[in-house]
Amino acid sequence: MTADLAQARRELHELCSGYAQRIQVMEVCGTHTVAIFRSGLRSLLPANLRLVSGPGCPVCVTAQRHVDAALELAGRPEVLLATYGDMVRVPGGAGSLEQLRARGARVHVINSARTALELVRKHPDQQVVLLGVGFETTAPATAATVLEADRDNLTNFSVLMCHKLVVPAMQALLQAGDVPLDGFLAPGHVSVIIGTQAYGPVVQDHGRPVVVAGFEPQQIISGLLYLVRQIVAGRAEIENVYAGVVSDDGNRVAQEMIERVFVVANAPWRELGTIPQSGLELAPAYRRFDALERFGVELGPDETHPLCRCGEVITGRAEPIECPAFADPCTPLNPIGPCMVSSEGTCAAWYKYNRAAAMPLR
Amino acid sequence: MCLAVPGKVLECEADEALIDLQGNRLKVSKVLTPEVEPGDWVLVHAGFAISTLDEQEALETWDYLQQAFGEDLAGLHDPAPPSATENPPT
Repeated sequence: MTADLAQARRELHELCSGYAQRIQVMEVCGTHTVAIFRSGLRSLLPANLRLVSGPGCPVCVTAQRHVDAALELAGRPEVLLATYGDMVRVPGGAGSLEQLRARGARVHVINSARTALELVRKHPDQQVVLLGVGFETTAPATAATVLEADRDNLTNFSVLMCHKLVVPAMQALLQAGDVPLDGFLAPGHVSVIIGTQAYGPVVQDHGRPVVVAGFEPQQIISGLLYLVRQIVAGRAEIENVYAGVVSDDGNRVAQEMIERVFVVANAPWRELGTIPQSGLELAPAYRRFDALERFGVELGPDETHPLCRCGEVITGRAEPIECPAFADPCTPLNPIGPCMVSSEGTCAAWYKYNRAAAMPLR
Repeated sequence: MCLAVPGKVLECEADEALIDLQGNRLKVSKVLTPEVEPGDWVLVHAGFAISTLDEQEALETWDYLQQAFGEDLAGLHDPAPPSATENPPT
């Protein structure tokens, strides 16, 4: 279903040159952001087609209160914190998890949720806390891990729940309305789980087209072409150029596991505030695995660095170069905000692939 | 972080599948894809197979991912327990 790259580009330019207005499309997913920068696609696009990066990097959208709670938990002598890599460098009120680890805290970087349970069995004298960060792609892994802990009656395992849902964030951006968005390039691997039909509310309630795409340049340009065709024709439908991988229904087994282990709840997003029904909490039957409850940790306020504009970056309100801290002093080695920490963060992508072009503008 | 990578299923036992990730052997959970069988291609994320896909799609995806994210892919998965690497596939 993907179009030939050169042909797709030609048609994109034809469609856009015959369209008087500016078209603004959001790529929701951090992996898309990196792939777009890496491939140089932005420079091939028509002048009136603008891509903005969305809130699709799980590290970047994690609220400061959750980062601080992770730090508090990791600081407990009985706790071993298991986390996916990028989270260890996000600055919190009391440094980062990486800095805490250098001072002796037990912080293990994992790439698989299953490793958390291996740690549980290997360290029966420790309380293993899984930092449950990620969208619908990652949430089923956490759910399966909780089910296994429940089945085996593991008492030294818990989760700090920070999982978020993609579609409510897209709706919240449209409701806020201050960033004009004509359509969405939807994340390929989130869609593997939720299926294309999950984007129904964006199309039906907000009248915006959604196209699901994979991560190869050909996939992305096809996704953009399908979006622009719809926008120019005034249509708003769900289309899928990643049909070899993503189905309409998604992975029903994974969805059922999410529905069984979690409940949908209001959730805090970095700088976006609380978005209704946009996060996952443990369902009552599994509440005993909730790390906040187990350790009596209260979530605090969301205090962020005064210079940091990550909140505007992840909502398409500002580009990284508009942030006064971009590249000086905020760099991947000395990040002030999470968008520069995460390899999928928009600021990190700009720093790595677009800094030369960006700097003369400052 | 929402990146999933394609691998080929070598063998299945109970809820686990031994997969070949372009030369690296890794045990993953197949509780989210109970239907998979040896010979299938799956997308793997955070230690779990999250869907099946056809071989051509898998190979194209892998080629691109390796070019684009090569250095990150090297550390994408925790080392499999020794049993996963010592037993040759049947």
